[in-house]
Amino acid sequence: MTNGAVLILGARSDIGLAIAHKFAKDGHPVQLALRDPAQLETAQKDLNLRYNVPVTLHAFDALAVDTHAAFIDELPKLPQIAVCAVGLMGDQIENEQDVTAAVTVMRSNYEGPASILALLANRFDQRGSGQIVGISSVAGLRGRATNYVYGSAKAGFTAFLSGLRNRMASRNVHVLTVLPGFVATRMTEGMDLPARLTAAPEEVAQAIARGLNKGRNVIYVRSIWRLIMTIIVLIPETIFKKLRI
Amino acid sequence: MTLAGWGRFPVFPGTTEAPRNEAELCTIVADQVVIARGNGRAYGDSAIGSDKTISMRHFNHMLAFDANLGVLVAEAGVLLADVISTFLPRGWFPAVTPGTKFVTLGGMIAADVHGKNHHKEGSFGACVDWIDVITPGGTIERCSRQENAELFNWTIGGMGLTGIILRAALRLRPVQSAWIRQTLHPLHNLDAALDAFETTQDATYSVAWIDCLSQGESLGRSLLMLGEHATGAELTGDRARYPFETPRKRKLSVPFDCPARMLNSLSVRTFNGLYYWNGSRQRGETLVDWDSYFYPLDAILGWNRIYGRKGFIQFQCVLPLEQSKAGLTALLQATSAAKAGSFLAVLKRFGLQDSAFSFPMLGYTLALDFPVNQRTLSLMTQLDRITIEHGGRFYLAKDSRMPADTLHRSDPRATAFATHREASGLSGSFRSKQSERLCL
Repeated sequence: MTNGAVLILGARSDIGLAIAHKFAKDGHPVQLALRDPAQLETAQKDLNLRYNVPVTLHAFDALAVDTHAAFIDELPKLPQIAVCAVGLMGDQIENEQDVTAAVTVMRSNYEGPASILALLANRFDQRGSGQIVGISSVAGLRGRATNYVYGSAKAGFTAFLSGLRNRMASRNVHVLTVLPGFVATRMTEGMDLPARLTAAPEEVAQAIARGLNKGRNVIYVRSIWRLIMTIIVLIPETIFKKLRI
Repeated sequence: MTLAGWGRFPVFPGTTEAPRNEAELCTIVADQVVIARGNGRAYGDSAIGSDKTISMRHFNHMLAFDANLGVLVAEAGVLLADVISTFLPRGWFPAVTPGTKFVTLGGMIAADVHGKNHHKEGSFGACVDWIDVITPGGTIERCSRQENAELFNWTIGGMGLTGIILRAALRLRPVQSAWIRQTLHPLHNLDAALDAFETTQDATYSVAWIDCLSQGESLGRSLLMLGEHATGAELTGDRARYPFETPRKRKLSVPFDCPARMLNSLSVRTFNGLYYWNGSRQRGETLVDWDSYFYPLDAILGWNRIYGRKGFIQFQCVLPLEQSKAGLTALLQATSAAKAGSFLAVLKRFGLQDSAFSFPMLGYTLALDFPVNQRTLSLMTQLDRITIEHGGRFYLAKDSRMPADTLHRSDPRATAFATHREASGLSGSFRSKQSERLCL
């Protein structure tokens, strides 16, 4: 098999599944990691039938960081590409009042993903090859009243990915940061999102595959988000703090 | 938010609900009045709920394939396009396919769609082995020709009104290549076309494009297209080396609603004349790739927009064999006299069909489409009458405007179906805008 295995962490998410379809279609064996593997048994059969590649399911709890090393040891094979699609939006208002809820959001978007990718990066480093994809968020580029708990954790994750990329640059291990913008998924179902700014999960998967091929470092899915975020980041804080966006 | 079918007429306010697993889906069925919606390719209001419309888009998994028998088990939301892209490279093709690949398995069963091989191989239901249906109360029942046969028979062609089709097993046909050997016969009028259909009964696939604006001597002039799956031995060069690969085609799309007046009798007449002339030049045999042969319109994404913002309606009826010539002549004369020409006029010979509520019957089917306006709506009423006078009936997957008594007069099975629905408690759980309009 010429195409290396792809590990997808958080494979039950719509983006995770779309990524599984994309890489399986391109001939990669896929390892789907999620809390409850039984939930993807149907998807496993489907992927296997459609694309004729090995598809395996693995129990993975992003928050149980002390199990992460054992999780990697138990994979059938150390993957060539690891994609982290783990994330939890939470409810901002609830997060402001309930510290436990807020901590879960912080750990799900930062601590868990950073922990597993740190361990995978070390294994890739030992082997001398590998590609890491972290799905972060434009919400991490600047804290806003509407979702800063989520945003702050994503900011941490983005910084982590950037540092990891820096460290691995000379080690033949590539790190790709993905800032998708709005995506039509279970997470955003029921929200009224502007169509022009909202990508389908399949577009995210396409963008990732293309980004890896081209050796890109940071990608947005719809390019308009690069413009939007450039403007948002440039607004002076004295003005920004009064805005409601 | 609004919901409409492929013809974009009629339009209803509303939105779909898209459950993600069986438990969620069964709960909705137990509690509410629903209709399932696949990829929204029925032309009218078949897949718009009287109360709630359930999108089956999350039930799009293929579950198992028996490579010896060619039997695929898949969820109802799987697209035919995905079945083809998955299995054609392995030497399998759908046993029956409608004129677009952007339909779901559930939709094909519910409408019991037909293809260019109906005269030989029957409708889609003929290749279905069993179906899992969610019935009132939210229970999943498996049905087949042997088990739960009544549910099976009404579900095939039942327009989703017996329950939600959840998954099914269907047989694919083995093929040696992705190519179709096409033979084109230009036929100068309806008599010639009907004779040609009768003498080419052995062809696997047959369909005719018909010029519905020609009059007098050339009323019903047609291009009959016959097709056979090409065998490996019939291919040469790269096609022989890679028999399941076909050239990648550019996808076109219609980016905006065309002004309704763009389609008038002059533009259609010009198009039809050129099309017939071009077809006459290409008489004889050619190799055509599967996508161009079966799904020429799929290459133009959003082609329903050429009929303008108000949408379009399709008229499709079938006439019994012995009344076909007289009935088709009357239908074509009425259409031609109204100068309401349609680009997509299709004539096809059906074979025998014996089923509870499916559309086909032994005879000829004619499909015409028109932009929606007062003139074409009144022409429809006239065509309805001609069809009934000649013992014909109508295709519900295309219907968007027929009155209930037209359906019930044309087809006594409609009343039987309505009675069955009432007696089995189906009418309290599954209702579409169409079933309400047609009193089903």
